[in-house]
Amino acid sequence: MAKTFDEINEKIKDGKVVVLTAEEFKDLVEEKGVAQAAKEVDVVTTGTFSPMCSSGAFINFGHSDPPIRMNRIWLNDVPAYGGLAAVDTYIGATELSETQGFEYGGAHVIQDLIDGKKIKLRAESYGTDCYPRKEITTYITLDDLNQAYLFNPRNAYQNYNAATNSSDRILYTYMGTLLPQYGNVTYCTSGELSPLLNDPELRTIGIGTRIFIGGAQGYVAWEGTQFVRNKEVIRDGVIQYSGVTLAVVGDMKQMSSRFIRAASYEKYGTTLFVGIGIPIPVLDEDMAKFLAVRNRDIYTQVVDYSVPSRSRPVLRKVSYEELRSGTIELNGKKVPTAPLSSLRKAREIAQVLKEMMLKGEFLLQEPIQKLPEDRRFNPLKEREVK
Amino acid sequence: MQLQKIKLFMYFPPEKTDKPITYRLVKDYDLMFNILQAQIQPNKKGRLMAELEGTAENIEKGLQYLKEQGVQYRIFNKNIIWHEEKCVHCGACTAVCPSRALSMDRNEWKLTFDHSKCLICELCVKACPLNAMDVNIFL
Repeated sequence: MAKTFDEINEKIKDGKVVVLTAEEFKDLVEEKGVAQAAKEVDVVTTGTFSPMCSSGAFINFGHSDPPIRMNRIWLNDVPAYGGLAAVDTYIGATELSETQGFEYGGAHVIQDLIDGKKIKLRAESYGTDCYPRKEITTYITLDDLNQAYLFNPRNAYQNYNAATNSSDRILYTYMGTLLPQYGNVTYCTSGELSPLLNDPELRTIGIGTRIFIGGAQGYVAWEGTQFVRNKEVIRDGVIQYSGVTLAVVGDMKQMSSRFIRAASYEKYGTTLFVGIGIPIPVLDEDMAKFLAVRNRDIYTQVVDYSVPSRSRPVLRKVSYEELRSGTIELNGKKVPTAPLSSLRKAREIAQVLKEMMLKGEFLLQEPIQKLPEDRRFNPLKEREVK
Repeated sequence: MQLQKIKLFMYFPPEKTDKPITYRLVKDYDLMFNILQAQIQPNKKGRLMAELEGTAENIEKGLQYLKEQGVQYRIFNKNIIWHEEKCVHCGACTAVCPSRALSMDRNEWKLTFDHSKCLICELCVKACPLNAMDVNIFL
């Protein structure tokens, strides 16, 4: 009774596909069992809407007359990369404005472009025989650009640490504001709705997988940076902490700030909330079992962010069910928890993706290559420089 | 009659902490009294943060009564505004809110803001990554 990608795509085109969101599917499994759910359902949609720092956009401006080989570039005073061809650039989400600091960064430039706003482009050059012009200041909009696509080197973490703070001072981190003396715990995944937690062994997600990104249809381009994968993803029926990540690509011209949003964390900097949804085909019962996973069976580790070291102490393991309850126990005390990833938006994404598939507007794409099975996370070795 | 609401901090001198001052505010001036934060011990200086609701006239009389009793007070001229259109309901502000005025509805995972519990500490303004929380100053 196994299904193939092609068979399910035929059903999508014929308007006969059965799609449920991950949360709906888990409820169905609890009601009818894995075998029946695998038979009835073709595709399960997942979603996440989280701050993802390793995000940015490639842009091509087109040529001015006379032309310029831009080697220093600013978009709304945010520096962009000038080391590509004449009018190509890459703007990273965490790059800060030279005039507004933490308030405005590359992420905001990306959102403003998506919102159709005018962006001030300023560029300088040393001038060459073929590109004589030495400076330019003008306004651009997304419509003017030849290409503008997100290429995010590390998105959609399979799982992530929960954070707390044992010190006596308030900490401002990318995990939000951490109150002193274990005043709170923050966590940042959509748990049982999260894409890579529903396909923990990456059977259906690999290079070429079509995804929903920021409102557009995009693709998994490569393994994400800092991709960590151990052979033992599931131990004793529980998904272990893992660092599987994805590099993803998508056309900004198809995006909407309903699904992608610039953010600024106090005393940390800017980042981009990226909305990602991945449809997972229910190929067989094994796949249905993975998709049935609940928050009580997904664990992460509570890490003390007050220790300024690469390997911070792990205080305990905790399930997403406990994190979502609003408090967890830490050193015998109840500590309040807070999410940083919007579950509400993640649900909206899973729902929108489901509707696109029911309308025949979004087809599955089978991976053209699997992601690596074993990858370590190497630290940076410091060698003496003479 | 139009009711008005004010938030105020009251400082009680040690010799007044055993008097039923809040009771008199309710009884004599018909003020609705909602205590947000209190630190009162017998024979020590006390602090009380509260919301008062009543007619403008009664609020004025009530404040006059506090003055006569030697209770110092400061009226808040600020409140916190939640720009819901900017909010993505991530929950970062709930991590720092000391009074649970900001909390997540655990079914919808939607942010809820109970203004009456707000201590105007402004921690959420800094904690919000979307710039959706603002301080509003009025006179």
